[in-house]
Amino acid sequence: MFLTLHDAIAQHVEDGQSLAMEGFTHLIPFAAGHEIIRQGRQDLHLIRMTPDLIYDQMIGAGCARALTFSWGGNPGVGSLHRLRDAVEKDWPRPLELHEHSHAGLAVAYTAGASNLPFGMLRGYLGTDLPSVNPQIRRVTCPYTGEELATVPALHPDVTILHAQKADRRGNVLLHGIVGAGKEAAMAAKTLLVTVEEVVEDLEAAPNAVILPHWVVTAIAQVPWGAYPSYAQGCYERDNAFYLAWDEIARERGTFTAWLDRHVRGTQDHEGFLRSLAHTVEAP
Amino acid sequence: MSAPWTQDEMMTVAAARLLWDRCVCFVGIGLPSAAANLARQTHAPGLVLIYESGTLESKPTVLPLSIGDGELAATATSVIPLPEIFAYWLQSGRIDVGFLGAAQIDRFGNLNSTAIGNYQRPKTRLPGAGGAPEIATHAHQTFVVLKQSARAFVPLLDFCTSAGFMDGHGSRARSGAPGRGPQVVITDLGVLKPATDTEELELVSLFEGISADQVRQATGWKLRVAEQLDIVAPPSTDELQILRDLHARTRAAHERPIALPF
Repeated sequence: MFLTLHDAIAQHVEDGQSLAMEGFTHLIPFAAGHEIIRQGRQDLHLIRMTPDLIYDQMIGAGCARALTFSWGGNPGVGSLHRLRDAVEKDWPRPLELHEHSHAGLAVAYTAGASNLPFGMLRGYLGTDLPSVNPQIRRVTCPYTGEELATVPALHPDVTILHAQKADRRGNVLLHGIVGAGKEAAMAAKTLLVTVEEVVEDLEAAPNAVILPHWVVTAIAQVPWGAYPSYAQGCYERDNAFYLAWDEIARERGTFTAWLDRHVRGTQDHEGFLRSLAHTVEAP
Repeated sequence: MSAPWTQDEMMTVAAARLLWDRCVCFVGIGLPSAAANLARQTHAPGLVLIYESGTLESKPTVLPLSIGDGELAATATSVIPLPEIFAYWLQSGRIDVGFLGAAQIDRFGNLNSTAIGNYQRPKTRLPGAGGAPEIATHAHQTFVVLKQSARAFVPLLDFCTSAGFMDGHGSRARSGAPGRGPQVVITDLGVLKPATDTEELELVSLFEGISADQVRQATGWKLRVAEQLDIVAPPSTDELQILRDLHARTRAAHERPIALPF
């Protein structure tokens, strides 16, 4: 159950798998993403509502062959330049897009968690998305005759989440903005979680978002594992880093140099954080 | 001749004035978030801000950089899972106003935030849909905010991400979309609203110092202009002060480095 992050990725993430790393702006599992880059995984089908900087980095590092997503920007800043370079110029390799809306991906995860074949919504009305994503279809309601949009259920081979706490039995607690984390966890075949701390007792309220120990495949304790996103109650989102990423990722050369120095050139997440702390110029 | 306020400030103030007290507003990041929080701090203290990250009734003191900043969760009445936001709140018809932005808009208020050029091999890949297609469908009405230029106000969208009035002439209502669509478009030059007959966007108000010809030239189709054009009142001293304070607090917060543990 409790592994080092290195071992959790080495044992449970394989080339070619579908991989969902969720966390909506909050609790993004950056440490796990970096470890996947260090271990050189390839041909992954990445799934995330908002690819964010973590998938920008993994796409630029050459880990991905496909991306299922619903909004691919740097929030409040602009483009994800590595995602754009992959889509516009096939660098470092072509990227197959499976594009949705947030509402569509939300029901796709919920359907996966519920073991249903598809999710359903009043959605994708008047948009061109179904013309570029043939997986978005329609079904007729057997009760009212209404036409509803459908999306196939998501069943990621692996889902990775970051959370604030686990207890020693392996129950995981997350709080704050939980996004579609629980749904992505329950839809997955394998669930890996990184946590800020391991405690004796979660001291959770009865309605808290808990992933019970028997649905969790492995846990790695990684303090600051969501940085530069954040873990509510532990540390804040480093908005200055998100702003700085725009320059770092804009060119292939500066991106690769950053990745080589701070991710590939470090042993683990502590090494990553130390390398940033020792950067004299902007991170 | 430069006004003592910026275009962004004028747009933000104009958008804020459209919101009313106790209105339930689905807010995006950037200008809409600034407008909604300005309204909350001025004429609409009971305005309910819902962010798609799952925060219900957020009352932030600084504007979020991202849609899911901790400030939004910490100041919310409740934080709920993301699938619930779209199902229980938006799809179920509990949102009065949704704000939308875009890279391109056409004469019927349809929006493109996906790609410039061909989708498969785009000239510019944009972030994509996010919550927009369903906000456009389900919010009781939407307000669209974008700067006016012939590149953005185009005769034909490269990609339709979110439906406005579709082909106009009542086609939206016939599609079964529950919301009333884009009722107001705020640009940096003035305000457009759908004409009652064709649902084509029509220039109805100008910002101070702007002429109808300037707006026509910044539009990629032959723009309909109302016979009677209003002038939007410039930002008041109070509005400007509160907005600038908000932006100053926000800038300071976003630039503040996080102390790393090592």
